[in-house]
Amino acid sequence: MRNTAMNMVHKLAARDERVLYIGSDPGAGTLRAMSKEFPKRHLIEGISEAHIIGMSAGLAMEGFVPYVNTIATFLTRRCYEQVAVDLCLHNLPVRLIANGGGLVYAPLGPTHQAIEDIAIMRALPNMTVICPCDADEAARMMEQTLDWKGPIYVRLGKGGDAIVSKAEHGFEIGKAILMRPPGDVVMVTTGIMLQRALAAADVLAAQGIRAGILHMHTVKPLDTEALLQTVRATRLLVTLEEHVPSGGLGSAVAETLIDKLGSNLPAMLRLSLPDRFMHNYGSQDSLLKKHGLSANAIATSIEHALAASRTSTPQLHST
Amino acid sequence: MIQISPHAEAALTCTLDERSLYLRRLVLGSVRSAGRGHVGPALSLIEMVRVLYDDVLRIDPKNPRDPNRDRAILSKGHGCLALYALLADRGFFPLSELDGFCGPDSILGGHPEYGMVPGVEASTGALGHGLSIGVGLALAARMRERSYRTFVLLGDGEINEGSVWEAAMGAAKHGLDNLVALIDYNKLQSYGPTDYVLPLEPLADKWRSFGFAVQEVNGHDVGALRTVLKQVPAVAGKPTAMICHTVKGKGLPAAESNADWHHKNKLTDSELDAIRVAVGDF
Repeated sequence: MRNTAMNMVHKLAARDERVLYIGSDPGAGTLRAMSKEFPKRHLIEGISEAHIIGMSAGLAMEGFVPYVNTIATFLTRRCYEQVAVDLCLHNLPVRLIANGGGLVYAPLGPTHQAIEDIAIMRALPNMTVICPCDADEAARMMEQTLDWKGPIYVRLGKGGDAIVSKAEHGFEIGKAILMRPPGDVVMVTTGIMLQRALAAADVLAAQGIRAGILHMHTVKPLDTEALLQTVRATRLLVTLEEHVPSGGLGSAVAETLIDKLGSNLPAMLRLSLPDRFMHNYGSQDSLLKKHGLSANAIATSIEHALAASRTSTPQLHST
Repeated sequence: MIQISPHAEAALTCTLDERSLYLRRLVLGSVRSAGRGHVGPALSLIEMVRVLYDDVLRIDPKNPRDPNRDRAILSKGHGCLALYALLADRGFFPLSELDGFCGPDSILGGHPEYGMVPGVEASTGALGHGLSIGVGLALAARMRERSYRTFVLLGDGEINEGSVWEAAMGAAKHGLDNLVALIDYNKLQSYGPTDYVLPLEPLADKWRSFGFAVQEVNGHDVGALRTVLKQVPAVAGKPTAMICHTVKGKGLPAAESNADWHHKNKLTDSELDAIRVAVGDF
């Protein structure tokens, strides 16, 4: 996914002279082909994220579309005030392409794990937040970033994630993709949790539970219409995210439902990482599994929630 | 023992001409109307802003977004009263706006906002942002082969921020000789002396070692400022750092080098009387 997104920057740069790549200190050879073809638009500016964001703002004020790229934690935590003031307050078209969203860098420990990035980016006015699920979707997404007004935060996965998106789904920023029709349950996912949701749906299907999946690749702006449509057609809404419980996809969905449905809320289950830093290493997969986000664990949580809702909530919602 | 710059000594003793007094009356009129404002930081800055807007910047108040205009960013946004006075005087917006400073429907807030105030290039107030934005503007000029220049006004307290030095390294890396950093070196930040809060000396050597061509000047000497600012870049291929030795609160004896005047709320009758004695009736 990361290589695809990077190569898309090169492709966009070939098409549009406004496009710049700005890296801090990325891996050797990052976008080497672009650096040869467009050396003046391939900028490596050093481990100075606060400065890089401000500089990108200045370049965007003059009509450029900078794609700023480094590790997700450094692109969010390190330079938050610059992102808020220089990019969001001025509403400038700078694209933050964040490597290693979520637990991709599990072996490197909590300094490198972006587990609250969605929350802090989503909190900023004018910011758009996108989490593609695989390389193919990342390519379609990057196409849409060129002319989007305002800043965008893109949370990239590890790379090599199973390709589950389909060309016929297309990609439009802010438009969720219904991967499976609503059934007894609907899982709302973002990023690479889609793959887990698809696997969990298969586990549930084997037990006679129909599970829909709404892929919310854009967490902000949230596709309210798609969300409300699926809510009306199911008994249980489940959000899945590789993120702390506060401020991420589950929060965004809950906020939207409260705003739109008031007291007539559906049963809802939010599955996420716990509200703590990870002190285990291993792999992204092992940490997700440890925190109940394997396909089997997701399916089990859903089964329990469905059983509980049968006994406690006779009519979940009526519209 | 750090030597006191002769420019710093000159800044303390130099007198102000009628235009400088007039601009101070505009600033203090805004403070009187609003019952608040950063007085000291604005008064130390006035001659720097005055010379920029009167004599140096290629700008047209009737066409404030002219793509070929010189860019100026007040990175120490809390000095905005000096900028507002100049912009109003130069016709970017009516002088009457100054009376609404910080009011609920005013375009003039306690820090300048892009899109709200004609002539303001960037929203500032949070410190340590302006030089990086300036690097972006200057680099864009280079890439687009445009001749505009970028001037960034920084506070001395502001350059406590590490991001300023990141930006300085970036500016030097790109050899941005179309970029000028003007440092309002009044040697007094919010709490107290810069030497106490976080010593900056040897300041000129710092900028030099970061790859800048450095000039030092009495920041209240209009003629000297004109001379140095009309000769930028000081060295071809290098960004310029202009260390302007100033006096916080310059022009008001009670406020000069007095941290209590960094931000002022309501002015008392006796303070207003003292202001009239110092800068004239307003």
